Amino acid sequence: MRPYLLLICPVLLFLGASYLLPFLGIVQLSFTDPDPGFAQYGHVLSDPLSLGVIGRTLRLCLIVTVVSVTSAYVITLLWVRGSPLVRMITELCIMIPFWISILSRAFGWLSMLSNRGLLNTWLQDLGLIDSAIQMTRNEFAVVVGMSHYLIPFAVFPLATAMRNVDERVLTAADGMGASRLRIFWQVYLPMTASGIMGATLLVFVFSIGFYVTPALLGGGQSVLVAELIYLWIFQIPQWGMAAAMSVVLMIAVGGILYLLIRRYEDVTP
Amino acid sequence: MFGDFHALRDVSLDVKEGEFLSLLGPSGSGKTTFLTMLGGYQNLTSGKLFLEGQDMTNWSAKQRGFGMVFQGYALFPHLSVAENIAFPLKVKKWSKAQMADRVDQMIEMVGLSGHAHKKPKALSGGQQQRVALARALAYEPKVLLLDEPFSALDKNLRGQMQEELRRLHRDLGTTFVFVTHDQEEALALSTHVAIFNQGALQQIGTPTEVYEHPANRFTAEFLGDINIMSLDAEKGGVAGTKIDLPANASAFDHIALRPEHMRLAGETDVNKLPVTVRDMVYLGSKSRLVLETKAGEELMFYIDNGPGLPPPDLGAGLQVAWDTGDSFAL
Repeated sequence: MRPYLLLICPVLLFLGASYLLPFLGIVQLSFTDPDPGFAQYGHVLSDPLSLGVIGRTLRLCLIVTVVSVTSAYVITLLWVRGSPLVRMITELCIMIPFWISILSRAFGWLSMLSNRGLLNTWLQDLGLIDSAIQMTRNEFAVVVGMSHYLIPFAVFPLATAMRNVDERVLTAADGMGASRLRIFWQVYLPMTASGIMGATLLVFVFSIGFYVTPALLGGGQSVLVAELIYLWIFQIPQWGMAAAMSVVLMIAVGGILYLLIRRYEDVTP
Repeated sequence: MFGDFHALRDVSLDVKEGEFLSLLGPSGSGKTTFLTMLGGYQNLTSGKLFLEGQDMTNWSAKQRGFGMVFQGYALFPHLSVAENIAFPLKVKKWSKAQMADRVDQMIEMVGLSGHAHKKPKALSGGQQQRVALARALAYEPKVLLLDEPFSALDKNLRGQMQEELRRLHRDLGTTFVFVTHDQEEALALSTHVAIFNQGALQQIGTPTEVYEHPANRFTAEFLGDINIMSLDAEKGGVAGTKIDLPANASAFDHIALRPEHMRLAGETDVNKLPVTVRDMVYLGSKSRLVLETKAGEELMFYIDNGPGLPPPDLGAGLQVAWDTGDSFAL
C-alpha cells in the first residue's frame, strides 16, 4: 500500500462511520419497517401526498436554483469586474451572510415580508397598496428565503470561472468589432459556463435538503420533502416511510447530479 | 504613460502599404505598447496616428479594423476552429454562404483542413497559432498586427511558422506589423526593422541597413555579435597597432566590427591586428574563439572547422585582419 493511501484512511474511516453506516441503517429500515419488503417504497411512490411533496420539492428547488444562480452571476460580475470600491462592497455583501445563522435569516425575511412586516407597512404608509399583500406562508417566501441563503454559495464557482477568463480574448472580440452585448452572450457567458454548471450543481443539491427556511417561511402551506421526512419521524412515527423517502431522494439527487456532471464535462473549456 | 514613466517617447515612423515591419527590442522597450496603440487598444497621451492621410488617433480598435494576433493567441475556447474564424465575419454581417466559403478558404490557407470542427484545446500550439492568423486575416484587414506570435513555440515549429508567415505576406500583400524580441526572427522575416530601446525608436531600416550600418551602439550590440575596440588616443589605430580607420573615426572613440567580417591575416592584408587566443568553444561546424588585443579588450571570432586546419592552441598568438569598409566608428 502506498503511504498516501494510508494517510487518507482516517478520513475514509470517519466518513464510513458517520455517513455510510447510518445510511445503510436507513436503507435497512426502509425495507423492514414495519413489514419486510417493498411496501414502503410502493407507498412513497404512489401516495398522492408524498408524490405531491416530491414534485413540489423538485419544482421549487429548480426555481430556487435558477433565481440563485442568475442573481449570483450578476453579483459575481460586480465582484470580479467592478471598480475597487464596488468590489469591496460586493465582497462584504457576499461574506456577511455567512456569519448569520440560517434561522436568523429566515426570521429576518419573516419580519420583512409578513402581513404586518416592514415591506407591507411601508407600502401601505406610502399609499401604494390598501391592504397587506400576502408574501409569507407561500412559495414566494420560500423561494426568496432559500435563494437568499444559497446565493453566496453560488458565487464562488462563478468567481473561479470568471477569474479564469483570458482578458485578451475579450479584447480580441472587441477589436473584431463585436458589440458589448454580443461579447457578453457569445463570448463571456459561454466561457464561464463551467462556473454556471458548478453553481447550479451546488445550489440544487443544497436546496433539496432545506428544512428550516421552508418550514418557517412556507408556514406549512408548501411542505417540502425534508419537512415530510421530519413529520414521519417525529409526529406520526412511520420510520420505514421516512427511510424509503430518504433513499428515493438520494437516488433522485444522484441521478440529476450524474446528468449534470456529464454535461459539465462538455462545457469545461 | 504609466504614472510618470513614459512607455514611449518621440517615436515617429512611417509604415508603407505592403511592408513587413518588425518592431524589435528587449522587453520593456515599448515595442508592444507601440503595437497596441497602433491597433487602438491603448490611448496615446500625446502625438498622432495617421492612416492613409486620415487622422486615426481617436479611432477605436473597431474603427481601425486592423487584424490582430495576440500573444497567447486569444482564441475563443468554446468555439471550434471554423467558428473562431467565422466570428469576425459574423460581426461584420457577412452572408452565410460567403462566410462558409471564406472560412473554408482560410482553413485551407493556413493548412488546417480536417481540423475545422476541433476546439482550440484539442490543437497543438502551432495549430492554434494558425487559427489565430486565419481569424485575424479572414476579413482582409488593411494591416495585420502580431504581438510576439511565436514566443510560445519550440524552435523547429517557430522556423516553420516563420516560413508560413513570410508566404502569407507574399501572397496577400497585406501590411504586417510584427513585434518580437528575437533579432534573428526580425531580420529573417521583415522588409523593415524598427529597433526600440527604453521607449525610444533607435533606428528603422531594411534588415541589411540596420545590421550593416547600425546608427548607434545599442543597435550595433543588439543585432548579432559585435566586437567593439577603443581607439588609441591619437586615433590612428587600435591597441597600439596602426589601422586604416573609417573616414569619420576621428569624431568617435570606438570602432566596431562584426566577427564574420574578420579573418586570419594573409600577406596582402592592410589591417593586421596581433591578438592572443584566450578561449575556444567547439560548436560543430565552427569554433568560437575569444581573442585578446594588446590593450586587453576581448574580440569574438569564428573559425570554420574544415579538414586539415588544426585549431590554434590557447595562448597562441594570431593576426586578424579586416577590410576598412566593414568597420564602423561608434
